[in-house]
Amino acid sequence: MVGEVGLRKWGWVAFFLAPSLVGLLVFVLGPILSSLGLTLFEWNLLKDPQFIGLDNFKELYHDKDFWIAFRHTLTFIAYYIPAVLLTALITALLLNQRLRGVSFFRTAFFVPVVASWVVVAVIWKWIFNPRFGLLNFLLAKIGIEGPAWLFDPDTALYAIIITSVWKDTGFVAVMLLAGLQNIPETYYEAAKIDGAHSWQRLRYITLPLLTPSIFFALIISLINSFQVFEQAWLMPERFARSGTSVVVEQIVRNAFSYSRMGYAATMSWVLFAVIFAITFIQIRLQKRWVNYDI
Amino acid sequence: MFRRLFTLCLLVVVVMGVMPRHSQAQDSVSITYFTFSAAPDHLEDLDTIIAAFEAENPTINVEVETAPFADYFTLLQGDFVADDAPDVFELNYENFVTYAANDVLLDLSASLSADAPYYSAALGAFQYEGAQLALPESFSTVLLFYNADLFDQAGLEYPTAEWTWVEAMEAGKAIRALGDDTWGIYSPVQFWEFYKKAGQNDCSFFNEDMSESTINSPECVEALETMMSLIDEDVMPDPVEQAGVSPEELFQNGQVGMLVTGIWMFGAFAELPFNWDVQLEPGLAHKGHHFFANGVAVAKSTEHPAEAAAWAQYLTSSEVAANVRVTSGWELPALDKPEYFATYLEQTPPTNRAAVFQSLESPIVPPVIVRQNEMQDSVNALLEAVVNGELDAQTALDLAKEELDGFLEE
Repeated sequence: MVGEVGLRKWGWVAFFLAPSLVGLLVFVLGPILSSLGLTLFEWNLLKDPQFIGLDNFKELYHDKDFWIAFRHTLTFIAYYIPAVLLTALITALLLNQRLRGVSFFRTAFFVPVVASWVVVAVIWKWIFNPRFGLLNFLLAKIGIEGPAWLFDPDTALYAIIITSVWKDTGFVAVMLLAGLQNIPETYYEAAKIDGAHSWQRLRYITLPLLTPSIFFALIISLINSFQVFEQAWLMPERFARSGTSVVVEQIVRNAFSYSRMGYAATMSWVLFAVIFAITFIQIRLQKRWVNYDI
Repeated sequence: MFRRLFTLCLLVVVVMGVMPRHSQAQDSVSITYFTFSAAPDHLEDLDTIIAAFEAENPTINVEVETAPFADYFTLLQGDFVADDAPDVFELNYENFVTYAANDVLLDLSASLSADAPYYSAALGAFQYEGAQLALPESFSTVLLFYNADLFDQAGLEYPTAEWTWVEAMEAGKAIRALGDDTWGIYSPVQFWEFYKKAGQNDCSFFNEDMSESTINSPECVEALETMMSLIDEDVMPDPVEQAGVSPEELFQNGQVGMLVTGIWMFGAFAELPFNWDVQLEPGLAHKGHHFFANGVAVAKSTEHPAEAAAWAQYLTSSEVAANVRVTSGWELPALDKPEYFATYLEQTPPTNRAAVFQSLESPIVPPVIVRQNEMQDSVNALLEAVVNGELDAQTALDLAKEELDGFLEE
């Protein structure tokens, strides 16, 4: 095979690629493209799909449940992204210290990332329980009457945001830690000789040189948070669900509970378009603040 | 070398293609049966029924496929999409209309024995536009469970079959007075309880020809206000007071005097350390009880309609199947044969098991439309808004009418 050229060589390439390429085409690219076609159909899985043109898009435009879910998703993002980036940055700075046992802490902070959302939800539902929970117990100790958290549609989303930040901090911190460890030590030594104190070193060396990692973490977190689902599905109590519906939950309900495959596909493609547009804008704007000159 | 390898692969595919796929005898017929209610606890019981059926029908072989309820309908739809539907399968009443309306079920009217002893209400529930599109397999209902010890402590007489919600409320207040963590009644505020209470008050979610929703009629509003009065009068905990503890746990903890729940809880409550019993649920204008039913349908696409129909009828109406179900505690067969239930009635607790069958005299079946799940979610969301104090009963049901009318139109 080695040394073969032309068609013969490409035959071998295709042969070895075939197992994964066929899987990719049949199980990933095929369904993605057919879901785009499905947006023009009504299909309940029991009857043949019916062509309805752009009716799914028109219905979506007037679907108040979808737009409420979209607003909740944006609220989630507005609080989650700054909070997770800040906590992850602080965690990464701490984990970057040359301390005894730092490997243990690096592992410990990553444990919530690999924990299942079901497990995390059970733990935090107890913490947020208004009568028996840890958080309101501690708040009561300092004279504060805690809210009903996951039982109240006005506070349930914030409880979900807090839990999400706790769970994802380790993941984002690892990305930032990799960036921190790429910054040459000589920059800090030179700054120290010039008399820069620790805040100035952070402000003028660490943060600018960490911007590629922050940018990467921002993009990944933004994409993930537009697709927020498990926590919003598992955590709120029944009577608070009106305050926590999110876009992916609407997609799941329409596809698997209401058997409206065409409509669910339409929601998915609208969500994809929004994520694509925002990611595209972020990439265009990165020139203004991301510094790749190490 | 590439050509040789390619030829070899092709040869393997061809050889696999010409190999016989089934080696079974030609005179025997295999049918598939897809179930959610048998697994995991009653697979052996199902095998017993199948063995008896196959002994009587030696040319028919029943192959069982199972799935948990949560995944069952997604998988069933997947089978229909793939044109690989099971020959015979279970359907709960709420999903029956969706499948019937999509014309995928075989009409069993012609093959149904005239002497099959089904409850007529149950048989009627699985008819659609004059055709018998499924057979009733089992039924279940909801009763008033009460903690007799708490009634004794409060100096109250036990609930009677004649009680209305007025008497229940009075008793509930007396039990509530026993302690801060003791509640009088728990009757959930959700779709399934609401359509039943509405039925007790002569209200239906839809008019007779299903052209319009009547969910905001004065009778429905009154039914919802009665449900809410339990929370408003502090006889039942609100969601925050309940704090995630299930109503069944409250009852098991001895914290609630009366609980409206299903007879499927008999087993879980059997070992409770206090005396308890059941009674007919209190009524509003009249009595009304849930009639939950599972049915067995045959796919219109089956290649063996006669054999599939024979199995469906045997599973749902034979004495063997009925006895297996009753003795194993695997749901009650929907059969009008009191002698089949003698062993069931002898078991205690509860002492008053006869109430299960008395409830059949006032059955209320769920309102069912093609867009069933959307209706349930929509009504539940509005009921939640009432419980949260965001809407009053009238406003919530006016909104519900708008949404339900929309589901009927499409």
